[in-house]
Amino acid sequence: MKPRGSIRRRLFFQLSGVAAILSLAFFLIVRVVAERAAEGTQDDILAASATAITDSLRSEDGQVTLELPYSALSMLQTVHQDRVFYRVVAAGETLTGYDDLPVPDPAPTRGQPVFETIYYRGDSFRVVAILRPLGPASAATDVVVLVAQTRLGLEAISRQITGVATGVGVGFFLLATALSLWAAGSALTPFDRITGSVLRRGPKDLRPVTADTPAELVPLVEALNNFMARLRASLLRTEDFITEAAHRVRTPLATVRAQAEVTHRKLNKPEHKQAIREMIRAIDECSRSAGQMLDHAMVTFRTDSLARDDVDLVALMAEAVERLGPTAELKDIFIRQDLPSEPVPFRGDGILLQAALQNVLDNAIKYSPEDSEITVAVEVGEALRLSVTDQGRGFGDADLSRLIGRFERGGNVGQVVGSGLGLTIANDVANAHDGRLSIANNKEGQGVCVSLLLPR
Amino acid sequence: MRFAFVATLILTMLSGAARSFEVEDHVIYRATPESGVLRVISTADRDVFEPIILAFQAENPGLTVDYTIAGTSDLMQAIHVENAVFDIAISSAMDLQTRLANDGFARTYEDADTGAMPAWASWRNQIFAFTQEPAVLLVSDAYFSPGTAPRTREELIELLRADPERFAGRIGTYDVRRSGFGYLMATQDSRNSDVFWRLMEVMGRLDAKLYCCSGEMIRAVSDGELALAYNVLGSYAALQQDKIKGFQIVEFEDHVNVMLRTALIPANSQNAGAAQRLIDFLTALNQRPDLVEVSGLPAVNPTLLQNNTALRPIRFGPELLVFLDQLRRSNFLRNWENSLLQN
Ligand SMILES: Nc1ncnc2c1ncn2[C@@H]1O[C@H](COP(=O)(O)OP(=O)(O)OP(=O)(O)O)[C@@H](O)[C@H]1O
Ligand SMILES: [Mg+2]
Repeated sequence: MKPRGSIRRRLFFQLSGVAAILSLAFFLIVRVVAERAAEGTQDDILAASATAITDSLRSEDGQVTLELPYSALSMLQTVHQDRVFYRVVAAGETLTGYDDLPVPDPAPTRGQPVFETIYYRGDSFRVVAILRPLGPASAATDVVVLVAQTRLGLEAISRQITGVATGVGVGFFLLATALSLWAAGSALTPFDRITGSVLRRGPKDLRPVTADTPAELVPLVEALNNFMARLRASLLRTEDFITEAAHRVRTPLATVRAQAEVTHRKLNKPEHKQAIREMIRAIDECSRSAGQMLDHAMVTFRTDSLARDDVDLVALMAEAVERLGPTAELKDIFIRQDLPSEPVPFRGDGILLQAALQNVLDNAIKYSPEDSEITVAVEVGEALRLSVTDQGRGFGDADLSRLIGRFERGGNVGQVVGSGLGLTIANDVANAHDGRLSIANNKEGQGVCVSLLLPR
Repeated sequence: MRFAFVATLILTMLSGAARSFEVEDHVIYRATPESGVLRVISTADRDVFEPIILAFQAENPGLTVDYTIAGTSDLMQAIHVENAVFDIAISSAMDLQTRLANDGFARTYEDADTGAMPAWASWRNQIFAFTQEPAVLLVSDAYFSPGTAPRTREELIELLRADPERFAGRIGTYDVRRSGFGYLMATQDSRNSDVFWRLMEVMGRLDAKLYCCSGEMIRAVSDGELALAYNVLGSYAALQQDKIKGFQIVEFEDHVNVMLRTALIPANSQNAGAAQRLIDFLTALNQRPDLVEVSGLPAVNPTLLQNNTALRPIRFGPELLVFLDQLRRSNFLRNWENSLLQN
C-alpha cells in the first residue's frame, strides 16, 4: 500500500499554522494597543502642559501676557531627554516661544485640542495645539498654545514593546508548535493501539477487535470486525466443507478397498493382481489424505479457541507410543522410551498435542527400515522438549522448512503412503501453544530427530 | 571667568538681528608638527583653562588648540545665530547650553567615556558637565569674626534687618540683567524658596550694590568695601582666597545652588573626533587632582553632594528653558528691579 499524505503531519501543520496566525495576531494587537496607550500618555502630558500655559495667560489692558509656568516644561522632562518646543500665538502674532513651530492644520477650535505628529528641526515631534479665547466675550482674542515634544520616549517604549511582543509571540508559537506535535501524536494513539492489537494477533486469530476505540474510529473498527467475522464464517464453512467431504469420501473408500482386497485374492494372473495392488495403494493414499485433512481441519478449528487443560506430557507421549505400538511391531521396530519418572505438567490442548505427537511418531515408523530403533524422550530444559529420534532414511538434502508446508512431501518417500500434512499438523499445534517444531537430520549416523518445543 | 550679560540675547535670537559676537580673548596653542586644529569657544578665562588645555595637548600631540574666550551670551550668539564654526563650546550657562542642545545645535556623542559620571551630569548625550561650582555668600573679615557669619538665608535676613545702618550700601550681588550666571542663580533661588524675594526686598532697602562679575565682588569684600556679597561663584572665590585674604566663604545650610560647567559639540563642528577626546578628558577631570588644583575648577563629585544635602546641583531638562522665555524673563527682571531698585 502506498501511503498518501499523513494525518499526523496534516494535523501538525494545521495546528501550528493556526498557532502562527494567532501569534502574529497577538503581536500586532499588543503593538497597536500598547503604542496607542503610549501615544495617549504622551498626548495627555502635552495637553496638560499646554493647559498649564493657557491657564497662565492674562489679559492686561487689552494686551495678552503670559508668565510661562515652570511646571509646563518641567512636566515634560523624560528619561529619554526629549526635546521640547512651545509657541504662543495671540491673534495671529507670536507672543513668545519658537515662531517657526507650525500651527497644525486644521487649527484647534475652542475646547477641541488638536494633536499632530510633525517633522520639525530634524526630528519627529508630537504637537498639541490648544485654543483659548482671552478677554471680554465681545472682543475676545484667540490665543493658540502649541507644545511639541520629540518622540524618543515613545520610540523607546515602542521598541521595548516590540521586543517583548516578539519574544512572547515567538515563544507562544514555539510552545504551540511543540504542543501541536504532541497533540497530533496523542490524537493518533488510538490508531496505534488498534493497529497494535490487530498486529499482535496470531495469523489465525479472527476474533473481533475489542481494544478501546474512540468514537471516530468505531465505524472503521466495526467494519474491520464485520469483515473478519465474514472471513471467519467463510473459513469455517470451508473447513466444514472439507470435513464433510473427507467423511463422505472415506466411507465409500473403505468399501472399495475391502472389495479390491477380495478381488485381489480371487485373481490369478499376476498382471491383474499388480493392477489391483496399485489400485489399493491409490485408495490407501486417498483415504490417508482424507484422514489427515480431517485431522488438519480439527486442528484449525480447535486452535481458534484453544483449550488450556492441565496435561502431563509424559503421559501424552506414552499414550502416543502405545497407540502406534502395533504398527511398529509389524516392522519389528523397537520404541525406546526415554521418559522421566515424574510427570511433566503443561497447560494446553491434550487432543491437539496427541495428534501432533502421533504424526511425528508415525513419520518415524514409516520412514524407518525394519528391525530398527526409535527413541522418544521428554526433556525439561529451557523449554519442554518432546523428541522422536529414528534411524531411518533421513530427510536427505530436502529443504526442511518447505516440508512443513501443506501437502509437501519429500523426495525420499519412495513407496511410502502419505499426504504431506503430518508435519503441518504438528507445526500448527506447536505454534498454537506458543512453541515450535524443530526438525533436523541426526548429526551422527542416519535418521532424523523431530521435536516439539513448548514454553515452560 | 566672565559672565557677560545675556539681556538682549533672546530678543536678538528671535528677531534674527545681526550682531556679531564679541571675542574677549583669543589664544592659539600651536603644536609642531601640526596634524589638526581644535577650535574651542569657552567662557572660562585663559589662566583658568590654560593648564587643562596644555595637559590635553600633552596627551594629543600634534593638535593645535585655538582658544576663543567669549561671554555666555556671545557664545550663544556665535553658535545659535551666527553659525560660527567651533569644534567644542564650553560654558558656565547651563540654561543656554540646554537651549543649544534642545534647539538642535549640538551633536550627539553616544559613547562618551563618562564612566564614573552620574546620570545627571549629562543631557541627551549632547551636554557633558565636568565641574560643579556652588553659588556662595562671601563675608568680609572686617565685619564678621570667624563663626559669626549667617548660616541660612533667614539668618541673613534677620541680620540685615537688625542692623540696617551697619549694612546700608555695604552689600553686593549680581546684576542679573547683565550676568547670565547671576540670572541663573537668582531664578533657581526664586524656585527653591520664597525667602529669595524677601531677601531681595531687604537687600533693596539696604541699597545693595550690583556687579557684573564675581571677581569684582570678591575684591570689594576682601577690601572691606562690602560687608558681604550674595551668590558669588564659589570656585572662583576659593581660588582667589589663596592670593587675597580678608574674606570667608559661606555655603548656606538651607540650600546652595550648584552650577555645572558643561561642554558640547556644535552641530557644525569640523573636528568632532578631537572634540570628543576633549570631552572625555574633561569628564575625567575628577581623576586629575593636579589640574583641579591649578585651575581651581572643582570636578563633578557625587559623593560630596550626597554628604551635603544642602547642595542642589541644577538639573538639565526642558524646565531650564522656562526662564529663557522672553516674557517670563522680562517679568522676572521687572519683579527683581521692583525689589532691588527701590531708591
Ligand atoms: N522421520 C522421517 N524420516 C525421513 N523423512 C521424513 C520423516 N518425517 C517426515 N519425513 C519427510 O517429510 C515429508 C513430510 O512429512 P509429513 O508427515 O508432513 O508427510 P507424509 O508423512 O508424507 O504424509 P502424511 O500426511 O501421511 O504423514 C515426508 O514426505 C518425508 O519426505
Ligand atoms: Mg507423515
